[in-house]
Amino acid sequence: MHGTPIFEARSVFKNYGAYAALQDVSLAVERGSIFGLLGPNGAGKTSLIRIINQITAPDSGALFFDGKPLKPEDVNRIGYLPEERGLYRKMQVGEQCMYLARLKGLSEAEAKKKLRGWFEKFEIQAWWNKKIEELSKGMAQKVQFIVTVLHEPELLILDEPFTGFDPVNANLIRDEVLELRRKGATVIFSTHRMETVEELCDSIALINKSKKILDGKLIDIRKQYRTHTYRLEFTGNLISFTNALWAGAELLEKKQDGDHCTVTLRLLGGNTVNNLFQAILPVCELISFQELIPSMSDVFIRTVQQESTQDHG
Amino acid sequence: MGKIGLIIRREYLTRVRKKSFIIMTILGPLIMGALMIVPVWMASVNVSVKTVQVLDEAGLVDGLLTPNDNIKFVYTRKPIDQAKKELEASGYFALVHIPRFEDNDLNHLQRQIKLYSAEQVSLSTKLFIRTQIEKQVERLKLQSQGVDQDLVDNVKKTVNVPLEIIPLDGKGKSDVEVNTVLGMFGGILIYLFIFLFGAQVMRGVIEEKTNRIVEVIISSVKPFQLMMGKIIGIALVGLTQFLLWVVLTGSIYSIFMATVVKDKFSAQNVETILKQSPDGTSVDDIDQIKETQEVIGRVNSINWGLMIPAFLFYFLGGYLLYGALFAAIGGAVDSESDTQQFMLPVSAPLIFAFVMAQAVLNDPNGTMAKWLSIIPFTSPIIMMVRLPFGVHYTELLLSFAMLILGFVFTTWAAGKIYRTGILMYGKRPTWREMFRWLRY
Repeated sequence: MHGTPIFEARSVFKNYGAYAALQDVSLAVERGSIFGLLGPNGAGKTSLIRIINQITAPDSGALFFDGKPLKPEDVNRIGYLPEERGLYRKMQVGEQCMYLARLKGLSEAEAKKKLRGWFEKFEIQAWWNKKIEELSKGMAQKVQFIVTVLHEPELLILDEPFTGFDPVNANLIRDEVLELRRKGATVIFSTHRMETVEELCDSIALINKSKKILDGKLIDIRKQYRTHTYRLEFTGNLISFTNALWAGAELLEKKQDGDHCTVTLRLLGGNTVNNLFQAILPVCELISFQELIPSMSDVFIRTVQQESTQDHG
Repeated sequence: MGKIGLIIRREYLTRVRKKSFIIMTILGPLIMGALMIVPVWMASVNVSVKTVQVLDEAGLVDGLLTPNDNIKFVYTRKPIDQAKKELEASGYFALVHIPRFEDNDLNHLQRQIKLYSAEQVSLSTKLFIRTQIEKQVERLKLQSQGVDQDLVDNVKKTVNVPLEIIPLDGKGKSDVEVNTVLGMFGGILIYLFIFLFGAQVMRGVIEEKTNRIVEVIISSVKPFQLMMGKIIGIALVGLTQFLLWVVLTGSIYSIFMATVVKDKFSAQNVETILKQSPDGTSVDDIDQIKETQEVIGRVNSINWGLMIPAFLFYFLGGYLLYGALFAAIGGAVDSESDTQQFMLPVSAPLIFAFVMAQAVLNDPNGTMAKWLSIIPFTSPIIMMVRLPFGVHYTELLLSFAMLILGFVFTTWAAGKIYRTGILMYGKRPTWREMFRWLRY
């Protein structure tokens, strides 16, 4: 733990008319972490993000930024890349960046200095006097990213960051985000495509149908949801391998190509990997061994299933 | 500079620097100038002089008709049939035939006078010729009663009842003609301003939505600040344009007056002419000068100290009231083509006020005029129409207060619709949905 979380929501409710967008959502984002806000489309992720950005207000619930109740000036310490993003097409790049930077509270001199730095870093100084409509989509995306992080936000919120970006820019952004985190920024990734961010995240929260169904450190969640399933690659005789397995493991899948075998198995009971090794090493030569860790979408599906059986039961 | 100041500045600068703004700024006064100058020019530069042939068998008008700049008279003695036949080939515009004077019956004769023409005869031409002939008939009739025409002319010249209207509350003089023109002008200007710049507000909001920048901006400022910044910024654009128009039109007009019309009506000139009269100058000139001076006097008698601030107030108040509604429409839709269904109900009161302006002019203190000048949706136009005729200050204050309340209300409601609408993509909301957004 690093002390007070940079952001905390306590029991947040938000309704749009009869439609409940968020129901009793509580979560805490640790300073300096990368936090994944995951869930399918329409789960309430963007509603929550808009509340953090004070674009909308919750119906009830408490919000804290850096340990204090969230206040209007805090928007200057937050950087937000919305899912629906764009720039004034008919405005010049430099002028537009200056405008957006100053709206985030930077002085004219500060904004100019910082912009120079970023434009040099991305080698795009020549774009300053161009209009956005004259730039390619990829170029405009770079500018969009710069204006999101220019004011050096302590909390950076990226909503569906890798959709709409081409692979080159997506990698660039990934690298820059990691760089910003190294410098102390906290990052919230929000996405319905869990596989795109899960390896980046330290902690996650799963949201489904306006409710938070799971949150915690990624390591802990994986531990909690591990299935004790492993993939082994070895050379040797598959039949003697199967015989060597004792009742403590269940063979799920097998594939044989000559004496090259690949199997998937699940350990049963309280058996450990070491027990397994002791049993099989005499009959085969191990090439690789890997635990099959559940992906976040697996976790999500399992959690949703559990929830619905609980609801029905 | 606060955040709203930054928004106002951007909205203002991006519009003022546009080519279309510069073109409109130059074209506006040219069009307005043309509207003022062309009629004067048309009257002063005469394109064609029409010659009217007169066959006067009765000896009624022979040699007595007075020509003007457009119409000259020539007299003929040819028989009517021949004159009619030769008319087209002769190059004359028309032929006036006064038949033989029989039975000494002038009343019968005047109804027999005919005008033959191969071309279309304009109303003004007909009226002019008719007046000329009537003058001679009148002279003859007076003569037969033993009255001298010159005596009548002189008497007529001295008869002049301007019928000055003095309002009972004693606030200056009042003049129906000048008031009508002024009221209509003010009303039209406000109507145009609201539509022109209200639509710009709407387009600006739609642009931010289609460019998908709106959510980026409202993560830095409140949606209400963005909306108000846009509305105020565009209001300043409108005021700038209006001011430039006034200055440019004024200078074009004064240059024109100085070079083309010369100093015919300058104070010095008028004085000299008036001193010289009655000998020297023609009666026409003096009449014209007197009239001009009178108009100048009437214009000066208007309570400009009230009219100008009131105009600016209704100008801005009306724009703010409708501008907010236009912003709400822009926020609710995805593209300009979706705006139609919302535009009509919003602009209906404005169009209604514009249509009712004529009726209000006929009865500026009637019940309807009073109500329409208090209801904030119509008051900017209707009150401007009424104002030159004199409005009691309690009514004026009530109208001011109602307009302020009105735009506070529309801005509040529009802000609610706007802040929900700008985050909605892909579907056109219904009226019911928009009404529901008011309670979010």
